[in-house]
Amino acid sequence: MIEIENLRKSYAGLPVVDIPALTMPQGGVTAIIGPNGAGKSTLLSLIGRLETPGGGGVFLDGENVRSFRSTDLAKRLAMLKQDNSLTARLTVADLVAFGRFPHCNGRPTDRDRAKVSEALELVRMTELKDRFLDELSGGQRQRAFIAMVLAQDTEYALFDEPLNSLDISHAVAVMRLLHSVARTMGKTIVVVLHDLNFVARYADHVIAMKAGRVVETAPASHAIREDLLKQLYDTDVAVSTRDGRTFVDVYG
Amino acid sequence: MNPVARVTRARMLMGLAAAECIVLAVGLLTINAVGDWGFVLSLRGSKLVTIALVAWAIPFSTVLFHTLSNNQILTPSIMGFDALFVLVQTLGVFILGSVQVSILDPHLVFAGELVVMSAFSMALYWLLYARMSHAIEVLLLVGIICGVLFRSVAGLLQRLIDPGEFLVLQDRLFASFNSASSGEQACAALIICLSTLWAWVRFPSLDAMLLGRSGAVAVGVNYDRIAKETFLIVTLQVAAATALVGPITFFGLLVVHLTYRLLPGAPHRLTIPLSVLIGGTLLIGAQVILERLLGFLGTVGMVVEFIGGIAFILLLIGSRK
Ligand SMILES: Nc1ncnc2c1ncn2[C@@H]1O[C@H](COP(=O)(O)OP(=O)(O)OP(=O)(O)O)[C@@H](O)[C@H]1O
Ligand SMILES: [Mg+2]
Repeated sequence: MIEIENLRKSYAGLPVVDIPALTMPQGGVTAIIGPNGAGKSTLLSLIGRLETPGGGGVFLDGENVRSFRSTDLAKRLAMLKQDNSLTARLTVADLVAFGRFPHCNGRPTDRDRAKVSEALELVRMTELKDRFLDELSGGQRQRAFIAMVLAQDTEYALFDEPLNSLDISHAVAVMRLLHSVARTMGKTIVVVLHDLNFVARYADHVIAMKAGRVVETAPASHAIREDLLKQLYDTDVAVSTRDGRTFVDVYG
Repeated sequence: MNPVARVTRARMLMGLAAAECIVLAVGLLTINAVGDWGFVLSLRGSKLVTIALVAWAIPFSTVLFHTLSNNQILTPSIMGFDALFVLVQTLGVFILGSVQVSILDPHLVFAGELVVMSAFSMALYWLLYARMSHAIEVLLLVGIICGVLFRSVAGLLQRLIDPGEFLVLQDRLFASFNSASSGEQACAALIICLSTLWAWVRFPSLDAMLLGRSGAVAVGVNYDRIAKETFLIVTLQVAAATALVGPITFFGLLVVHLTYRLLPGAPHRLTIPLSVLIGGTLLIGAQVILERLLGFLGTVGMVVEFIGGIAFILLLIGSRK
């Protein structure tokens, strides 16, 4: 279970994350939503111990993430960042293989190689596995990074805007994949999403953030409602239901 | 590139380069040898050892430095190591005079140089990286500024000393493979062996460092610790090589970029050995051609640097296309 206590982070004196207490729902897909600059990425980085908190902490099953041994945490929690630019030249297969690093300390066994192939297959990148990352389109590169997180095969996986630059078919495929991974393997998936229709369709829980604070945590069916979304984004949103499915019209 | 094909290619290239190294080494030892073989071989053998040590340390440290700085255009000498070496040498001649300096125990001089350079780099590391910023750029920038400072101070002192003394100094400063003693070689060899052992253990983590700090941390690499170790190893290797033969700048970049070209995206366990072998081929080859075949009497290091610099620029222009 991921629990957050008195978590604070500020840049140049301005608080960007300030969460007195929050327990992430265990299992299923949890979507974090909120306007640009709300602190979603910062929160994810704090959970994934990529940033040092200004105060408080994040606890994984009761233990502070910062007191874990580096590889021990990486065996349990994986993270996809929002921007993934690399200066190094790597092939897709090499990149995805880094997902196995915490399990094999960089000396892969057959099992690790199998996991890598499996992850590549899941994001439909097998054919491109020997290409260099700088020879891919933006969406293909994004899928390679998603595969790396999948190959890490952790109980908890955090994805910061995984649908960035994916076309509609791959976006749907990735969300289905995350949903089914959470369902069938009992993993806890946390995704930052901007497309509210994806949230409505694929998320089990929603955490809404604004100005560094959590303004709502609720089941998705409850959180996707006009008053909350209007308050969150300061813009007109129409939520409708058709054939038992929720649609969010954000186009004014 | 397919990983299997890459390993096959790496093996082939390494085999080729190793064979070239051996042939050239035999050439260096035997071509134009006249008189007592025992004497010739021990003299030339000592030179070969020095060359091998430098060919090992410089490409090795250059690759590590590229990984650490996440930038393939830099050379470790940007941190002002060579400039510090020049400054130490200049200060020695300035304060003690060339005669005094030349009768100092060379082992002591060597050890002193190593200590000064390592202390400088670790001080930079502690102050700037661990304490203040955790940004490698700040470290590099301050290193560059220190380098300029050392160079200017050394330049000023060189203008102040007697021209005769200056000639002696200049000879000590140009990369030369003749002057290292067996004690110095043993010391350098020890450093290089330790670095190699360290790298053997750390190869996977070094590969993961290519993901950048947060990427590496996310897959469970203790980034700060590995970065510190890498920085120390780079310093020691550069210090050892510089103390053996004097400052060398472009040779490492040239060799390492050739390797990157031949084995794009390869892991460290392939890149480093190949770059060392290519380095050996180039250095021994230059020595054989210039000294044995053309009868060149000047410092081979100078020529290597000159040609290395030009070749490096050509390589860069080529890769832009
Ligand atoms: N390194 C930094 N230095 C200074 N300010 C920062 C830094 N990183 C983030 N911020 C600020 O912190 C706030 C939260 O940023 P964060 O990246 O967490 O937002 P976000 O919710 O992920 O937004 P987006 O939807 O645009 O990705 C922003 O106001 C941003 O300007
Ligand atoms: Mg963000």
